[in-house]
Amino acid sequence: MYNFIYEKVNTIKEVEKLLSENEETKILAGGQTLIPTMKQRLASPSTLIDISGIDELNFINDNGNSVTIGSTVTHHEVSSSDIVMNKIPSLASLAEGIGDPHVRNMGTIGGSIANNDPTADYPTACLSLNAKIKTNNREINAEDFFIGLFETALEENEIVVSIEFNIPKKSSYMKFPNPASRYAMAGVYVSVFDDAVNVAVTGASENGVFKWTEMEEALSSNLSLENAKNIKLSSDGVMSDIHADSAYRANLVDIMALRAVENLI
Amino acid sequence: MPTVNINVNGQDLSAEVEERQLLVHFLRDDMDLTGTHVGCDTSQCGACVVHLEGKAVKSCTMLAVQANGKNITTIEGIADGDNLHPVQEAFRDHHGLQCGFCTPGMIMAAIDIINRKPNLDEKIVREELEGNLCRCTGYQNIVKSILAAANK
Ligand SMILES: Cc1cc2nc3c(=O)[nH]c(=O)nc-3n(C[C@H](O)[C@H](O)[C@H](O)COP(=O)(O)OP(=O)(O)OC[C@H]3O[C@@H](n4cnc5c(N)ncnc54)[C@H](O)[C@@H]3O)c2cc1C
Ligand code: FES
Ligand code: FES
Repeated sequence: MYNFIYEKVNTIKEVEKLLSENEETKILAGGQTLIPTMKQRLASPSTLIDISGIDELNFINDNGNSVTIGSTVTHHEVSSSDIVMNKIPSLASLAEGIGDPHVRNMGTIGGSIANNDPTADYPTACLSLNAKIKTNNREINAEDFFIGLFETALEENEIVVSIEFNIPKKSSYMKFPNPASRYAMAGVYVSVFDDAVNVAVTGASENGVFKWTEMEEALSSNLSLENAKNIKLSSDGVMSDIHADSAYRANLVDIMALRAVENLI
Repeated sequence: MPTVNINVNGQDLSAEVEERQLLVHFLRDDMDLTGTHVGCDTSQCGACVVHLEGKAVKSCTMLAVQANGKNITTIEGIADGDNLHPVQEAFRDHHGLQCGFCTPGMIMAAIDIINRKPNLDEKIVREELEGNLCRCTGYQNIVKSILAAANK
């Protein structure tokens, strides 16, 4: 790892100031992605801003129709939060399924969505639960936030402040974890709202997380296993690697969708 | 170089560290606490697990500067003088180790599991050991040791 300047800050204002001073600056949240990347010298920021001590980023709020989670809340904190367990249990269990306990004690929700790994779990929750991502400058709908592989709508000087998830009538997240890393080889998040059923998929597409509109339409007309079984994900544009080729992965997505629907009926 | 103030195993320490120094190297090389091991150095194996404010973390995936102002507990800090910690004792009684390389991380992870989960069973222990690899035991006796310690 190349050396860098380390700055621990207490306010969002200080982050903004440091980010504007130097292009080579990066935010450090839980470090569970950034530190391994820096060890491999795939990233070599000149300055790291440690945001883990910023109080205004560390909260979970119940707003009645939605739940807002601050960006530095760890996966463990989400999975053990009474608010999340009561209002959106599938989100708590998603968090409990990330990596392993040690990763969950450090890794944060903001770091996960800012990183937008194509096999990460949280991006599906954001899309499926119509999340709004609040930054220091604006509010971004999840559909406009996740752009491609490791790419988001975040600008250079922008930081994720919080994520607001709508509370669905019911929802379920099913993933087939890679047996070694626990990242998703296929993950499907199905959420039922009064006016729509949302289905988001991770681990599969070469373009990262996406909303599976054919499945959404089929399930919105009637939430049934039969309808789910009629829809198959095309393997065009599905990732292929040593763990799974695209046909196998597409099939895993179909199966995860069925399991999620099974949970909901 | 920045100065860090870290409480390690109940002792307040002050030291200069390079920004890029990993917590595990601070503990092993600077503090001579070589019980914490480096197995993979890629955040997979859990040989480096220590407690940060009482919670299990991978010390190879954390900077020493991130621990500034915090409490760290390592495998050296859990016994009470000559009396082993109950989890250590259970690993000894149930043959929960062979070469012993993974054991410090296993025991620190096990203490964290027992702290967090009041009603442990074999399935939960196996799931919770997701972040700890052992190349010798086949896990059977590790699971047995953790369950025995939890039931003490
Ligand atoms: C062994 C292992 C297994 C894992 N398994 C899974 C898994 O199964 N599923 C899964 O989804 N993830 C998994 N992860 C990744 C884990 O969830 C990370 O915690 C997460 O991807 C990054 O969060 P972090 O807080 O550690 O971010 P960091 O590593 O600190 O930062 C990641 C990136 O996000 C940026 N960033 C961080 N916070 C913000 C912010 N508030 N605003 C803007 N940018 C920000 C950083 O600059 C950096 O570029 C795993 C990681 C490991 C090491
Ligand atoms: S050495 Fe830290 S996880 Fe393997
Ligand atoms: S006892 Fe040898 S690696 Fe676990």
